[in-house]
Amino acid sequence: MKVIPIQPVPAEEEGGALYVSEKKVYPRAVTGRFARWRWAFVALTQVIFYGLPWLQWGDRQAVLFDLGARRFYLFGYVLYPQDFIYLTGLLVVSALSLFLFTAIAGRLWCGFTCPQTVYTEMFLWIERKVEGDRMARMKLDAAPMSLEKLVKKWFKHLLWGGLAMWTGFTFVGYFTPITELGMEFLQTRMGSWEVFWVFFYAIATYGNAGFMREQVCKYMCPYARFQSAMFDGDTLTVSYDAARGEPRGTRGRKEDYKAKGLGSCIDCELCVQVCPTGIDIRNGLQYECIGCAGCIDVCNGVMDKMNYPRGLIRFTTQNALEHGGQGDVREASAIWRRVLRPRVLVYAAVLAALTAGLMFSLALRTPLKVDVVRDRAALARIVAGGKLENVYRLQLMNATEKTQRYVITAEGLAGLLVASEAEVEVGPAESRWVPVRLQIPYGSVAAGSHPIHFVVKQADGTVVVHEKSVFLVPR
Amino acid sequence: MSDFENSFWSIYVTGFALAGIIGCLVLLWISGRKKVAPRADNTTGHVWDEDLTEMNNPLPMWWVGLFIITVVFALLYLVAFPGLGSYPGRLHWTTEGEYTAELVKADKELQPLYAQFTAKTPEALAGDPNAMAVGERLFMNNCAQCHGSDARGSKGFPNLTDNDWLHGGTPDKIIETITKGRIGQMPPMAAAVGTPDDVKNVANYVLSLSGSPHDSLRAQLGKSKFTACAACHGADGKGNQMIGAPNLTDDIWLHGWGEQAVIAMIQNGKTNEMPAWEHKLTEPQIKVLASYVWGLSHRPAKP
Repeated sequence: MKVIPIQPVPAEEEGGALYVSEKKVYPRAVTGRFARWRWAFVALTQVIFYGLPWLQWGDRQAVLFDLGARRFYLFGYVLYPQDFIYLTGLLVVSALSLFLFTAIAGRLWCGFTCPQTVYTEMFLWIERKVEGDRMARMKLDAAPMSLEKLVKKWFKHLLWGGLAMWTGFTFVGYFTPITELGMEFLQTRMGSWEVFWVFFYAIATYGNAGFMREQVCKYMCPYARFQSAMFDGDTLTVSYDAARGEPRGTRGRKEDYKAKGLGSCIDCELCVQVCPTGIDIRNGLQYECIGCAGCIDVCNGVMDKMNYPRGLIRFTTQNALEHGGQGDVREASAIWRRVLRPRVLVYAAVLAALTAGLMFSLALRTPLKVDVVRDRAALARIVAGGKLENVYRLQLMNATEKTQRYVITAEGLAGLLVASEAEVEVGPAESRWVPVRLQIPYGSVAAGSHPIHFVVKQADGTVVVHEKSVFLVPR
Repeated sequence: MSDFENSFWSIYVTGFALAGIIGCLVLLWISGRKKVAPRADNTTGHVWDEDLTEMNNPLPMWWVGLFIITVVFALLYLVAFPGLGSYPGRLHWTTEGEYTAELVKADKELQPLYAQFTAKTPEALAGDPNAMAVGERLFMNNCAQCHGSDARGSKGFPNLTDNDWLHGGTPDKIIETITKGRIGQMPPMAAAVGTPDDVKNVANYVLSLSGSPHDSLRAQLGKSKFTACAACHGADGKGNQMIGAPNLTDDIWLHGWGEQAVIAMIQNGKTNEMPAWEHKLTEPQIKVLASYVWGLSHRPAKP
């Protein structure tokens, strides 16, 4: 692991105060290869987020987290709180994916798929449509209040509010069936908690995407901090090739800049204007950079216009830059060398193993869960006919969407038999507590605790669950 | 109702709480006026572990706003709720008050529910699924600890499902049992019966009454000694519900089965207690509960 040297940025004139008002950032519109990628990810994530609750599966919502009934419907699966391990697995897989992508290419997540980025992008788009691009917005904000300004501002906030409310509504739609929620809304009879959460997420979206924006990434987000810690010298980062660009300066398009002793950077400041976090990438890698590659797009456009080669700002690695900017990282050999390092391989291997494991266990999941709880207080009792009896409560959790009959038997002791109702019916996606009495002939085994297990079979024989317990024989 | 020995401690706590909050504000104000000399490399000049330097990135103003909000919240909280020594807060909130309010609310909500139950007879309630659901929950919370969640009891705790009653199984009797509790007493009878051998004989006779495994010769010998027991259990051993003497002929053994258990019972006797519930449950609750218990042994025959 190599230490990345700090390239100090000269302090701005802040007068050395410990608290400062943040300057508002006015990101300029950007087009290009990476911008298209970003919009593709905005579309992908939001089609899923806004669309999923409307998807039907049989006669219910395909994805529904019914907190009241504690059932989680995921397409064909009915998950119980007892299936929490799958959520754990999903979170571990997500974390490892983050590690892998970050090790390879820095803050990809932040720049392209993070909800903060995605919603900010959407809110910015609305802002641009209503108020215009960077310069127009700055002018508008600086201008005194006028009818035009009032109308524009109000209209923008109206659209923002609408999008934010729709986002909150969609979010709650994952917990209350969304068509029902829509009907309730139209008939103004939404539950108070539903109203609260819709507004909560609406306000959070409005505030974070409309006002907080890069402040979230800079001051609040924990991912931002620990993703930076996963960088090393071979991580692809958005970098300005100082060796090629400096000394920067203005020049004509036809001028021979090398003769003037200038580098490739024409100091047009477009990279600063498009940056959503308001930094100057030419100062080197900074903690605020979210790797959105906006500056790459805009700089490549400038280079094209000037007829200079592209890539003054590009995805490259610290190590490549330190070798005088030589060795283009886009060469296949360089990429292989970078990808095939132990850190990446280990991340990838663990990720693949865990993903496979998760898929495998989901595929093999039995649609029946059994919990055995020995009855409280009564250890054992003697009943008519010289039998010794233990009482258990079995919780049978039917994870199918059909009514099922289950047959309960017990094994592990000679003469062990189920004295209570051995066949139980459980409704679709329901769970039931059933008292079960087990008996053995009195005196047939020594005093103490004997391991036994319950065998619960689905009546059609497709599902069998074994659950351990103990049978107590008093002295 | 003060938690403090004297007013000094109340003032002491109040002083610390307020000093802490005001201290936060003062610190905020002082650091807001402070200027750090800007350095060329934009660090504060602090260095730890040889090469760990602290960047001088000033805090955004809105974050300072959040600090101020917490201070305002703390002050409002301390005005509204108890926190400043013995000052009870403007809302006069206490945990006890909250508990009482919840009880009153629950009672109010439950009143219409129990109102429809009180009008019915216990036998009718036993056929009412609503009442039985309530009864089951009451039973689980209050009775299952001893009688088991399936109400079949265990050693020393009567089975409530078998239609064998120590004190009578009419709904009224069950209500009486729950309300006032019961004490079942059997004195040690070894002296009245005779020699240890006699005791063994009587025990075998008792076992013979229910057709349990026994030594028939000893049972023959013990029959005459049973007179000592007949005072309570009856000459035929069928028991006496007036005094809670168990029926010895029905093969139901509350305190253990077999010769050893019966001998131990004759020698040592037993005092068994069921607590009274009149102070823990309301009358309608006891009624619903009794109906539930009565219903356990009066189930409609399964089709």
